[in-house]
Parts: sequence; C-alpha cells; structure tokens
Amino acid sequence: MAKIITVTSGKGGVGKTTTSASISTGLARRGHKTVVIDFDVGLRNLDLIMNCERRVVYDFVNVIQGEATLNQALIRDKRVNSLYILPASQTREKEALTFEGVEKVLNELSETFDYIVCDSPAGIEHGALMALYFADAAVVTTNPEVSSVRDSDRILGILQSKSRRAEKGLDPVEEYLLLTRYNPDRVERGEMLSVEDVSDILAIPLLGVIPESQIVLNASNQGLPVILEDESDAGQAYDDAVARLEGEEREFRFLKADKKGFLARVFGG
Amino acid sequence: MPDADALQTMPCFQLKGANVPLTALELRYFEVEAFEETLRDKIRQAPGFFRDIPLVVDLSRYKGPSSELDFFQLIGICRRHSMHVVAVRGGDEDQQRLARNASLALLPASSRPESPAGPDQETASQDTPSPEPTAEAARPVEQEQTVPAESRLITQPVRSGQQIYAPDGDLIILAPVQAGAEVLAAGNIHVYGPLRGRALAGVHGRHTARVFCQSLEAELVSIAGHYKISEDLQEKGWKAPAQIQLKENVLAVSPLA
Repeated sequence: MAKIITVTSGKGGVGKTTTSASISTGLARRGHKTVVIDFDVGLRNLDLIMNCERRVVYDFVNVIQGEATLNQALIRDKRVNSLYILPASQTREKEALTFEGVEKVLNELSETFDYIVCDSPAGIEHGALMALYFADAAVVTTNPEVSSVRDSDRILGILQSKSRRAEKGLDPVEEYLLLTRYNPDRVERGEMLSVEDVSDILAIPLLGVIPESQIVLNASNQGLPVILEDESDAGQAYDDAVARLEGEEREFRFLKADKKGFLARVFGG
Repeated sequence: MPDADALQTMPCFQLKGANVPLTALELRYFEVEAFEETLRDKIRQAPGFFRDIPLVVDLSRYKGPSSELDFFQLIGICRRHSMHVVAVRGGDEDQQRLARNASLALLPASSRPESPAGPDQETASQDTPSPEPTAEAARPVEQEQTVPAESRLITQPVRSGQQIYAPDGDLIILAPVQAGAEVLAAGNIHVYGPLRGRALAGVHGRHTARVFCQSLEAELVSIAGHYKISEDLQEKGWKAPAQIQLKENVLAVSPLA
C-alpha cells in the first residue's frame, strides 16, 4: 500500500513543482519506489523540472481515458533508479481528471509503489481538489508572506473537510508545513515573516525551511531537482525535509543570516 | 411500498401547525438601487447565513407611497441573492392587494412592542447585520432562559474560508479562528486561542451575548447586530485576552485578567 503525499499550497508560484520534484527524488534516493504525478493538466511543468520532457509519449489523461496503460505512460528517471514520473497532459482540460479515473490510477500505482507524490495545481478548483482528495499526507508549501499564508490556511481547511479521509471519517490527513524562499536577511530586517510567525499562524508541524537561492532557479532551468545539488543549502534543506517526512529528527538549518552586514561588523551587532 | 389499495384509502397529505422562525425584512421605503445595495451589504457581512432563507416583508414601518411598492422587483432582487420572499406582514389594503397580485401570502401585522434598540438602528454603522427574529421566533428564544441551549464545541482550527455556526446556543472553540474564517452563534462565542477572523455572537438578537478570546486580532466582532471592524478594535485589548460585550448599544472591549 503506497502512501499518497500531495504537495499543495493554494497560491501559485510558491514552489510546489520544485518541491514535488525534490521530495519524490529524495524519497526514491532513500530506496523507496516512488512515482510523482503532475496534476496540473494544461500547464504541465514537472517534466521540465525532472528533465524528461523529451521522453513524454503518453500522459495521465491518456491513462485515465484508457488510451494507454500505466506502464506506457510512466517515465523512469535517468538519475534515480526507483523514481518514475507520470506527466500531465498539456492539451486537455482539468475536468479530464475524473474522480473515478484518478482513483483507478492511484489504486493501480498503490500496488507496486511505496510513495505516490501528487504535484497539485494552484487554486482551489477541480484539479487541486482531485490532487488532495486521496492524500494521506499533505506538504503545504508556503512562502513567508501574508497572502501565501492565508491561502495555505484555506487549503488546510479544505483538506479537513473535502479529503477522502475527512469524508470517510478516517484518521485526518497528516499536514506538514514547508516554508520555501526563506531569506533570513530579510526576516531580520523585518521585511519577511519569520518561521515562528508562519508556524504560529498555521499551527501545523514544520517539515522544512528552504532558503531562497539562485541555485533553485538554476537547477529548475537545467531540469535538475534541487535536492540533487548536494553541496547547496537548498539541496540540503530538502534532504532534511525528506528525512523528517520519514520520521527522522533533524535540526533546522539555514534559519539565520550567516553574513553580517557592514554596519553590524563595525558596531559588533 | 404499501400496495395501491391501502394508498388509496390514505389521505394524500395532512396539514399540521408549525412554528418556524422567519426573518422579517422591515421595509421603510422602496427604491430599487438603494434596496439592492443595502441587501448586498448585509449579505457581505455574513455570507452564507442568508442563503436560501425564507423572508417576510414587514410593512408596519413602510413610509413610502404604495405606488412605489413594486413587489415583483423586490422579489426579483431577493431571488438574485438567493433569498425567497414568501409573505408580507401588515400594510394597508392597497399594499396587501399588490402583495396578493405578486402571489405572496398575507400575515397579520406584528403585535410585539417596538424594539428598544429602535432609534439606534437608524444609524448605518450600528445597523444589524443579522436577521431580527420575528414574533414567531421570539417565543422559543424566551424559553432558552430556562432550557439550556445546545452549545457547539470545536477542537480544530477554524481555517480561512470556513464558517462555523451554533444556531441555538454558545460556540466554544479550542483552537485559533484564522483570518478569513467566520464563527457565528445565537449565544456567546468563546475562543481559546487567537481570534483572527470574524465572530458574530447573538445573531438572533440576544443583546447579552458576549465574545471571549485569548488574543483579540479579529477582522470583525458583532453582538446582536452591533459590530466593530478591525480598525476600530485596535485601540483597546488588541492582541491580548479580551471579552467584548454590548453596553448601551455600543461594543465594549475589556481585558480578561
């Protein structure tokens, strides 16, 4: 039985796809057979970040509509052996993701995989609801700013009321906060919400804090999940997050500004 | 399913007396744009609360000319906002004839005394966002003094976009009420956590209702229709444990020591 992890946020552009790519790669790298599904029908990006866009033949919607089998549509990652990608369709509508169709695909994947990572589209419409409905755990990706926090709060409310676990009265969906684009310098200057502020407002366990970094952008452009940039702080922060997802205790890093500004050096602040 | 013969001997339906609380819309004058704007404003203050409710148009305070009383337009506007006009109450013969033409039921004029908060409700900022109970609803409310009302207990955070309603009694929340969330109760509202969203206590008009919270950061607090928005709440007790009650028709915030 696979564990279904949905990466969601409500707000767009906060780093859901980057996070889905890194978390799925991280889980696979730790020896679990993992599949990552792009639910963003019509705006597919995951294949770009996973660098497999030139190998897409069939997609998620083809499988749902019976035009291809799962084995035909799944793309095996070239870097990590136990990782597979199920790309979204670029030409269909979000409504092509039918409830029964998604359920059937997830059930079939569940038989052979350990983890299913669902990359949710932004918003709270059909595509996002389909991505979170079957979730066992949700990684709520949030930027340290008020509108993103508000939207994450909204998504948490939907998880509690509209997910399969909520409707069937099962144990609630595990909820984790992943703070991305964190800039300790700006937090110190009071220009950005701090980790404490955000976890205080959302009141769910903190899975990780990913520092804002040029490396993330470069990696995305090269089609490389950031977690594979082992030397970078963002890559290490994702690695910590994946370890925590599996119950490991790891200290939070990269929360403090490491370089002191000119004035701070002069005045020894 | 019972067989056809047995069904034939049974009467098709049965009429029963029923006491249903209704919302009365006290019409002072009718002017299409002003009416729709006011209605939209009320709904914005408590979205969801007014959805699909039956409405009685009370004409006892109607000051405008009967010729301006276009029930078809009035019904249409209410319908557009998912409210259903079912009857009129009071009004003179002319007005009742107009109502009958619009297929509305006629109810006798209210016999209850004028609301004590009457003059105060003339000011727009103090106006009631929650429906006032009609005479029919007033009776069960009085009974609540002797019979303990059903309270509602919430242990999970109330998230943005969620609405929690305790229609009969108190609402007790053991978690934060987030910005963008709305909690409503006929009685008191207790929040054992920060109150960041909207809290509307005494929605049926109970003036003695109070709101308690461990940290006052609310977008709006309302008691029996008298409300204050975040801007007006900043001066006293902000981000501190506080209770809010109605004192001489004005919301008063006091610290919870």
